[in-house]
Parts: sequence; structure tokens; C-alpha cells
Amino acid sequence: MLTYILRRILFMVPITLAISLVTFIIIQLPPGDFVTALSAQMSENNEQIDPATLEALRQRYGFDQPMIVQYWKWITNIVLYGDFGQSFEWNRPVSDLIWERLGLTLVVSFATLIFVWVLAFPIGIYSAVRQYSWGDYIATFFGFIGLAVPNFLLALVLMYFTSRYMGANVGGLFSADYVNADWSWGRIVDLMNHLWVPVIVLGTGGTAALIRVMRANLLDELQKPYVEMARARGLSETWLLLKYPVRVALNPFISTLGWILPTLVSGAVVTAIVLSLPTSGPLLLNALFAQDMYLAGSFILLLSILTLIGTLISDLLLAWLDPRIRYD
Amino acid sequence: MNDLIKVEGLRTHFFTDEGVVKAVDGVEFSIPMGKTVCVVGESGSGKSMTGRSILNMIPYPGRVLEGAVHWRPNGAAPIDLLSLDPKGRAIRAIRGKDIALISQEPMAALSPVHTIGNQMVETIRMHLGLSKSEARQRAVEMLDKVGIPRPADRLDSYAFELSGGMRQRVCIALAVACEPKLLIADEPTTALDVTTQANILDLFRQLRDDMGVSILFITHDLGVVAEIADEVVVMYLGQVVEQGPVRQIFHDPLHPYTRALLGSVPRLSRNRKERLATIHGMVPSPFERPSGCLFHPRCDVAESGLCDRVMPALTRTPTGRAVRCVKAEASHE
Repeated sequence: MLTYILRRILFMVPITLAISLVTFIIIQLPPGDFVTALSAQMSENNEQIDPATLEALRQRYGFDQPMIVQYWKWITNIVLYGDFGQSFEWNRPVSDLIWERLGLTLVVSFATLIFVWVLAFPIGIYSAVRQYSWGDYIATFFGFIGLAVPNFLLALVLMYFTSRYMGANVGGLFSADYVNADWSWGRIVDLMNHLWVPVIVLGTGGTAALIRVMRANLLDELQKPYVEMARARGLSETWLLLKYPVRVALNPFISTLGWILPTLVSGAVVTAIVLSLPTSGPLLLNALFAQDMYLAGSFILLLSILTLIGTLISDLLLAWLDPRIRYD
Repeated sequence: MNDLIKVEGLRTHFFTDEGVVKAVDGVEFSIPMGKTVCVVGESGSGKSMTGRSILNMIPYPGRVLEGAVHWRPNGAAPIDLLSLDPKGRAIRAIRGKDIALISQEPMAALSPVHTIGNQMVETIRMHLGLSKSEARQRAVEMLDKVGIPRPADRLDSYAFELSGGMRQRVCIALAVACEPKLLIADEPTTALDVTTQANILDLFRQLRDDMGVSILFITHDLGVVAEIADEVVVMYLGQVVEQGPVRQIFHDPLHPYTRALLGSVPRLSRNRKERLATIHGMVPSPFERPSGCLFHPRCDVAESGLCDRVMPALTRTPTGRAVRCVKAEASHE
């Protein structure tokens, strides 16, 4: 088990390196460097910029030196000083912009993950054990609706209903009083009050998918001889169900940990814009539109690494859960 | 006779979308204390479902329509196992403790994600009420008894770490862990190679002699029957067609189906140019059961106007045998 963990962590090193390289290439893709973009923007706004400042910036990022040196400067700045570069659109260091967004993205992601698990687990089991019962048909019906309705539509409908019938303003993650406030108990409560709408919107599709996965997996497992043998040993139905087939069918649940982050980041942009969530998706999209490449690149880098970590955690959990994986 | 279990008029049908499958349709036999009864038949003859019916464990969409399984473990008044709630406490206290099942697929009969010890200790503690360490001790003894080397280490192994033969030994250890009175072995040697098969058969004989356990041995292999059976029950399409002591079944088969089955066993002594005898035709589809005697379309001695009209009854002979054939009755009277 220990060697498995070590090996798994070691594998992450080259992948992380590759991700940082790809990110750097993405940053370099638009024509011209950051300094030319900055001076172009300045002159567009009829502002003057000191040539010495520009030269200092060129020096700092090594724009006159070969690519590999530039990459080295960029990555060492990140690793050693946490300096992700400058966002010329916001005129602030990237590191000022991303942390809160990333943090809130994580909060929304994990709240959604828990929502998905808590709903999909019992419903999936029920649907499999009582296959073709009324309950199963109802779960299947809502499951397919959940899969088919686009998130942004669900977001609009939920917003309409909550503001119309509950008189609440559900846009964003905070109410106006707390948007720019420091973290406090009141702000956390405020966050919780707002969180449920994006969690429902983002979680519905995943819940529906997982119910189907759990149902299909468990139906397969229920046919296996080891279930019948457990019954033949005199175990009670509930106990043997939860101990044997459910345990084996659990693997896809753990795997969701790995893919929930990337889908939330990439797939949730539209939802986040509709609900005006201060998560990373909209900011990343804007940065790409504005070719604010240091900001965009930093997001891509950090989100990729978060995905890697998510996959690592789910892999380790899977190995802990399923001996067949850890003995391979 | 001192019967441990007596199956009477058992009918277990499956209600599928395509129609009713009469998996078991009129089965009766009994298992004497400490004896081995072999149920023989082709695929689809209902032998496995007969075993499951005894445990009152018929999978959906199957249902026991009629019949009784009289269970009489200690000479007391018999209990009809089929009258118990299939999910209730009473039958669960019998399953795994008094009647244990060994399955056809040792590869899949153990949980892929639990250790062998986990499953054994669970069963032993539930039925015998031992402490964890006592149950572990007993599990080690049982693994040792079925011939597993280094049993204490094996307890923490997973099923996928063992060979097929070893897994079947573990399944047997699991089945006999609570000293059952009846062992239902559903083709326990089918998935194994011939050498392992012989070892496992030896193990069954040894358990029967040591523990005095009765065995219901379900198989399609007549070679295995000759090795292990005291009594033989021959099944065809869910019915018992012939039943009797193993010697008489082999030396003087009464039913044409039994004769045909015995005739189709390859023998080394036979002339090489001679073709192996087969039973002509195929097992009919479960949805198109023949009229009259179920075997008549494939029978060599079938008489039209008689065998395709009347379903023969299972008739007992004075020598303790039973046969379901009009012709056999005639020839033996």
C-alpha cells in the first residue's frame, strides 16, 4: 500500500511539469508579449507610460531572453515567491485575484459533491433493489430530467421561483452587505444561505448520472454468486446488501472526486455567469477573452493541479476501498 | 427410514415476460441422515433450483407454488421450511448453520473486497455466538480441516489471491464452519480441473465420514455420481424421472432417460471406431414442453398414442426405487 502511494505521488511530478509547460505555451500563444499588450492598451486610453517602467517589466519577465529562460523565470517566481505575474486587465498581481475565487470554487465544488453523494447513494440503492417498482420509475424519470435539463435553464427557473415566491435574491454567493466584507460568522451564514441554489443547479446533473451508475452497478453486483452465498449463510438482507454488493458498487462514487473539479470549472461557467457566482469560471473566461494571459494561465495551472490532487485522493481512496487495486 | 429432510411435491416456477418456466415441477425425494444424495440432470433440468428451494431462496421472478420441505434435524416434529418467511429470522437461523450451500463458481462465491477471515468470522459469530478471537480460532481450524496450508496466514488473504481449488476449499470451510447437518453442493467441482476435482471429492467424503453431514450433491457428471453418491435422483425438465440407490441406478437403470445418460458416458475400454452414443434431439425449450411424458420426443421406446398422451406418475417399486415411465412399469411387473 505504501509503495502504491509513493509511486502514485511520484507519477504526479512529471505530470505537473508537463502541465506547467503547456500552461506556459498557452500564455505565450497570443502574438506579442505582455509589455506590448500593456503599452498598446495604455496608448489606446491616451495614457503615457514611462519607457523605463516598460524596460523594467521586460527585465523582470526576461522577454528579451530565450523561451526556456522565460519559462524558468515564470515557474520559479510562482514556486518560490507565489508570484503569478501581472494581470494587465485588472492592473493587479494575479495572486491578489485568484485565491478567493479558487477558494470559493472549492467550497461550491465540495458542497455540490456532498449534495450529489447524499442524494445519489440512497436513491441509487433503492432503484436497484426495487428495480421496476414505482419508486424506481419515479427516480428514473427525475433522473433523466435532471440529465437532460441544461444547468443554465435550471438556474434561471430556480432564480425565478425563489425571487418570485420567496422574495429572496439568489444571485451570487453573498448578499450585498457581505460581498466585500472580511470573513466572519455572519459571512459564513450568508454564504450558506446562498450556496444551496448553485449546489442544486450544479449537482442535479451529477446526481442523476450517479443514480444511474449506482443502479446499473448494483444491479450487476446483485446477480453475483457472492451475494447469494452471503444470503445462504443466513445474513439479513439489509446487512448483506450494504456489506457486499453496495461496497463493491461504491467505486464510481469515489471516482467522482477526480472528475467533479474539472467539470465544475469548465462546465459550470455558464451557470456561474447566470447565477453571477464569484468562482473561477467566469474570471477565467473573461481573462481568455481579454487575452489577459497571466491570469488565464494561472487559473489553468492551478485548476489542473487541483484536478490532479482530486484524482490522487480518489485513487488512494479507491485503493483503500478495493484490495484488487492495491495489490496490482 | 431416518430422513433428515423430505421434499414433497415441489413446484417452483419462474414468471418471466416470455412465459412461465417450470423450473421444478413435481420433485420429491428425501435425504437420509449422513448419506449423500446426488441430483443428476442436464442443464435446465431444475437441479439447482431444487437446491435453492430447500433453502427457501428462490431468486426473483421465481416462486415456489406448491410442495413442502420437511426439515427434521433431531427427530423432533418436522418444520416445513417453505412455510417460513424467506427473509425472516427463523429461516436465516437455519441457513448457514444447519443447511449450508456450496456454489458452482468458487471464483465468484467469495466477496472480492473482503478477506476470507472477515467472511468466516462473520458467519461463525452470527450462528455460534462466539467472541471475535474464538471465531478466528475456529476459522483457522476449519481452514486446516479442509486442507489449506498455513491457515492462519490465509485468513487475511483475499479470494483473488487464491487458486480455484483453494477457493473452493475456502467455500467448503465456510460452509462447514458451523457444523451443518445438510450440505447442498451445487456442482462444486464443475469449474475445477480434473485433479483438483478428485481432491475436492475426497474432501467431501472425508467431511461426511468425520462430521456425519448429509450431502445433497448436484451434478451433471455421472463419473462424479459414481464416486460419491449413496442415492441418486435423476431429473429431466424439472421432474424426478428415476430415483434409487447408486448401484441399482448404474447397473439396472429403469428409465429410458437414465439408460441413455449412462450410454453416453465415454469409456476407455470401448472400441475406438465406435461412435459415442448420444441422446437424440435437444432439451426442449422451457416454453414448449412436450405433451404426455416430457421425455417421449427423445425416447427410443416411446409408444405413440400412449407416451405422448399420458404423463406417467412417479411410481415406487417395492425395492425402494421410484421411476416415472409407463414402459418401465410394464417391464418390471
